[in-house]
Amino acid sequence: MLEALFADSGPDVAHRGWPRTPVGPDSWRAIGEALREGKLDLLGLWGDIGAVQCVLYEPATRQIMSASLDARAGKVPSLAPFHPPASRLERSASDLFGIEFTGLPDPRPWLDHGRWPVQHPLAESPRPGAALPPYRFLEAEGPSLHQIAVGPVHAGIIEPGHFRFTASGETIVRLEERLGYTHKGIDRLLCGKSIEEAARLAARVSGDSTVAYSLVFARAVEAALEFDPPPRALWLRAVMAELERIANHLGDVGAVCNDAAFSMMHAECGILREQTLRACATAFGHRLMMDCVVPGGVAVDLEPAGVAAILSLTASLRGQFPELVELYENTASLQDRTVGTGVVSSALAAQFAAPGYVGRASGRSFDARICVPYPPYDAAPLEIAVRSEGDVDARVWVRIQEIQHSIGWLERSLATLPAGPVRSGIRAVPATSVEGAALVEGFRGDVLGYARLGAGRRIERCHLRDPSWLLWPLLEAAIEGNIVADFPLCNKSFNCSYSGHDL
Amino acid sequence: MRRRLFKNLITAPCTEAVSEPTDGFEAAGEELRGAIARRLGRSLAIREVDAGSCNGCELEIHALSNAFYDIERFGIRFVASPRHADVLLVTGPVTLNMREALERTWAAMPAPKWVIAAGDCGAGCGVFAGSYACVGAVSKVLPVDLVIRGCPPTPVQLLQGLLWLMSGADNAAAPAVMS
Repeated sequence: MLEALFADSGPDVAHRGWPRTPVGPDSWRAIGEALREGKLDLLGLWGDIGAVQCVLYEPATRQIMSASLDARAGKVPSLAPFHPPASRLERSASDLFGIEFTGLPDPRPWLDHGRWPVQHPLAESPRPGAALPPYRFLEAEGPSLHQIAVGPVHAGIIEPGHFRFTASGETIVRLEERLGYTHKGIDRLLCGKSIEEAARLAARVSGDSTVAYSLVFARAVEAALEFDPPPRALWLRAVMAELERIANHLGDVGAVCNDAAFSMMHAECGILREQTLRACATAFGHRLMMDCVVPGGVAVDLEPAGVAAILSLTASLRGQFPELVELYENTASLQDRTVGTGVVSSALAAQFAAPGYVGRASGRSFDARICVPYPPYDAAPLEIAVRSEGDVDARVWVRIQEIQHSIGWLERSLATLPAGPVRSGIRAVPATSVEGAALVEGFRGDVLGYARLGAGRRIERCHLRDPSWLLWPLLEAAIEGNIVADFPLCNKSFNCSYSGHDL
Repeated sequence: MRRRLFKNLITAPCTEAVSEPTDGFEAAGEELRGAIARRLGRSLAIREVDAGSCNGCELEIHALSNAFYDIERFGIRFVASPRHADVLLVTGPVTLNMREALERTWAAMPAPKWVIAAGDCGAGCGVFAGSYACVGAVSKVLPVDLVIRGCPPTPVQLLQGLLWLMSGADNAAAPAVMS
């Protein structure tokens, strides 16, 4: 299927991890058709100097492939009319590169709020910034509708973003998100950086997924330079990734219950999360394990004391977590809030290639560790946790199961960790531009990384796509018809990243 | 649930059971409680604003409220409205898209009020220095009283910062820096 689409296109370029094919506008539209028919998933789409690039996944064959289209004329056909998930991705590429997507149904700016000193900051010749007209929210018409505007500063200690609710009484008729408040210009900051400098930036795209981001960046760079890290490093990276997953899932399970006014679970899960972070600090020297995964391997080796700390953590979790799961399952007032709330249909989850627990709670059986496995998961597979209900409850259950799977995986893996070095220098100096891409499973879903290195191994272009890009629009769909008071609950069950999305 | 509640009644709180990683937390917290009482005569209310952080700082600020640190026992509360706040705790490299929201939050707070810039980004833009989309240090936008460095600062570092602020002299011209 993938090959057939590109049959009449140019030869593959030096792109590693998976192939990239430069295509013409006709093939680009053919991609749109295949996306519309549901034969392909769109994993990402971003701009480049004079080009746009998209990443496609074919569920039937579990193949990934990139396609790029010449955009030097300044205009390219939009994929959004074929495939709505492309819309925000194209709006962002348009904001950053000034590329015009012809036929894009929603041409409003997305990341650009009219406050930057430049317009199209990543274009070859950016223009001076200009104030934009006020953002027009989509309309909802009907008798006795009212609007509720929330954010960008929220009531809790969370990231900033704006939500515009239109409600009929207590029932939400429409939610529209307005994001971009945490846009830090990461894509442009990455340009021209050394691999080491860029790795520190990648680790700070979304702090809760710092291991996943460091990992996807490292893997993309290593793919580009055809470098294999030492085996022990591969295992330690996965140990960190699973610890990160456990810590975040524990936090989320507690926070979802807290938003259903069941604060006891929040307190109990908070204790387990803190124990996890402390084990991480003992094992790897940092509570969130920031900058611990680096291109070439890992920055710190795991000493016997660290192994003991992790095993003592898993023993503690095995002792305490099942009781909390039982409590979750047997508390009728809690179940009353989570069951049947915020449903994402399996059709929407499939259309948006919904990453992580949101997709898996709606029957999308995709997990990068299993479907497009990378070491060490190819040698030590995990079970995939899938449910079909698509509600808040299902998203909690997927997390519960993943915590349990990760505990088992950690215990098995720590018993058989290979010995040897954990880092080696990458010596390859490419003569020409080289590109690499990778997909890794973070706690929130698959994180996609693309890196192109040029002379002196400096970054020419690097883009890191957060799973939240494909999750935020689904939150709008999930909340429709629910009551306003259930929004925090639904939102927490998604736990999308603002920073990872806004970049 | 009843079983769990009974069990919790007879087990010691986490705050006492753990000593090593929270070294100094207990003592600093008690001292802070006294300083807040002298200064305000009531509890201290904090409004947190993420001005573009990666969310790492927020995770550790959240941790201050878990059963191990339980910052409320020292009379410190995180509040939802700036109208109720004494301290504005700001994280992130202040993105241009968040600048106005941050300024308006500060303007909505009644005096006396203080600003803490937490994390390396809030301190001086961190790894995002030089971006077209960031203002930089929080002190470029608001009169910062205290900077707590760290990427992210740990819960213990955050509490020590609050202690310094409440027991320190009146607002100095330049912000103090803790690392």
